[in-house]
Amino acid sequence: MTPIDEDRGHSLWSDAWHRLKRNRLALASGVFLAILALLCAAGPIFSQAYQDQNLELGATPPSPQHWLGTDTLGRDLFARTLYGGRISLTVGLVATFVALTIGVTYGAISGFAGGKVDAAMMRIVDILYALPFAIFVILLMVFFGRNIFLLFFAIGAVEWLTMARIVRGQVLSIKRMEYIEAARALGLSRRRIIFRHVVPNVLGPVIVYTTLTIPAVMLLEAFLSFLGLGVQAPMSSWGVLIEDGAEKMEEFWWLLVFPGALFSLTLFSLNFLGDGLRDALDVRASKD
Amino acid sequence: MIRFVALRLLQTIPVIWVIITGTFFMIRFVPGGPFTSERAITPEIKRNLEAHYGLNRPLYRQYLDYGWSVLRGDLGPSFKYPTRTVNEIIADKLPVSVELGLISLAVALGIGLPLGVLAAVKRNTWVDYVCSSFALAGICVPTFVMGPLLILFFAIHLGWFNASGWYEPIDRVLPSLVLGLVYAAYVARLTRGGMLEVLSQDFIRTARAKGAGETRVILKHALRGGLTPVVSFLGPAIAGIVTGSFVIEKIFQIPGIGREFVNSAFNRDYTLVLGTVLLYAGFLITMNLLADIALVWLNPKLKFE
Repeated sequence: MTPIDEDRGHSLWSDAWHRLKRNRLALASGVFLAILALLCAAGPIFSQAYQDQNLELGATPPSPQHWLGTDTLGRDLFARTLYGGRISLTVGLVATFVALTIGVTYGAISGFAGGKVDAAMMRIVDILYALPFAIFVILLMVFFGRNIFLLFFAIGAVEWLTMARIVRGQVLSIKRMEYIEAARALGLSRRRIIFRHVVPNVLGPVIVYTTLTIPAVMLLEAFLSFLGLGVQAPMSSWGVLIEDGAEKMEEFWWLLVFPGALFSLTLFSLNFLGDGLRDALDVRASKD
Repeated sequence: MIRFVALRLLQTIPVIWVIITGTFFMIRFVPGGPFTSERAITPEIKRNLEAHYGLNRPLYRQYLDYGWSVLRGDLGPSFKYPTRTVNEIIADKLPVSVELGLISLAVALGIGLPLGVLAAVKRNTWVDYVCSSFALAGICVPTFVMGPLLILFFAIHLGWFNASGWYEPIDRVLPSLVLGLVYAAYVARLTRGGMLEVLSQDFIRTARAKGAGETRVILKHALRGGLTPVVSFLGPAIAGIVTGSFVIEKIFQIPGIGREFVNSAFNRDYTLVLGTVLLYAGFLITMNLLADIALVWLNPKLKFE
């Protein structure tokens, strides 16, 4: 490193950005995800409407008019896949946000409180870990109907546990750092210590784990949709499309292969990006 | 250790109680009941049916009755299959799911462990890259995509297997492969990580210096420590195999307890829902306890606490 570099100093974030840029796989994944998100957001506008039926056409294999073919009702699969992606990505982001909010709050309170409160709160997390949560999500979805807001909440309520553990561990270790003591000795307010010194140091692991939670959430949503418990028609998600495709794959393979491939590719990218961020931000939190 | 197990079992009791109570009241407060089906029945018949099953009594009485019968090991009559009890249904369907789960677990460990050890030993060579890519593929291609694709290729295209059903031994191959591969991927990843950490430690160098062969070093010295992350993953893995079997049982049309559970919830078959939830919860809690015991056995530095 040249002295000039040292003079300018390196923040954690610029260092991380440099490392991430060198990881081509993670970068390519990020670009792919950005394009996918744009297409899903804007797709239905310029593509044929996703619910235009054409019963005379029926199911056709991929062709220049319909890039990914059409389904049994003659609907364009490309438009439907983009539209399904919209729902899948939305569920992935919103439910992850719910999990993030619960997990960070719970973990931060537990870590700050310490002592008996911390022990009790973490014991609860341990017990919840051992419970068959997927089973309760299924029950919730069956009993209270396939409501997309319930879906956000139910998935978020399942996925917050690991986040709480990570945040609590970070807060506990940061709390004991000397620079916190120094800041307190300098007479900084509690508020300023939290926002200036604690939050930025917890942010790295939280970002990494959030990136890795999104694919887990999307998997859970697709799992529910596949069992017929996800979003309701006329909405569709990748899980719904895959379920539909699996039923009809003997005659119309493209109905299964394209949504399935795009879903897997998205999961791949999110995992690559998450791993890349982990290396870039130098997070050594263990994955369960 | 006996103290540890007893203490943990004691902690389990309130947890199971909360699960039963929560599920019991949740079911009762949702719209619909076991006798509100598409088939119209006259109010008198409905009343008779409800009286027969004790549904006309106050809710707290029903709750107490149910709790008492569970304590005696009786999960009650099924509402949807009038001639059968929940115990009979579980006894009938559970062996299928257990068989599927056990073979899948064997697939997961049988493929995952060797791949993980191989990847760690041949670190940063093409062997490692092939094993690690396999692991990532297993994680990112979900069962409900891989299952239908394998059916399409091996059953429909090549005709090697039946596309669905659970009759002959050969029918076990595809379902347990699909269910097991996902966890084989996780196991491989965790084994690789665990082995790498152990292989860099001093006692491994000592073993090598003493002239132990490479195979002996890996199997005798390193594997025990390297397995720790895998064992702590076994609890969640078994939970995942259990819920994963819902999807597999649907894809391959296997008459297991997973399909029964999903259907019972749709049918509002109160006792069957409660019975299966109880079964799953008890099973998972037991598995987590066993995993914790195994962890201490692998690493005596940890103590039972």
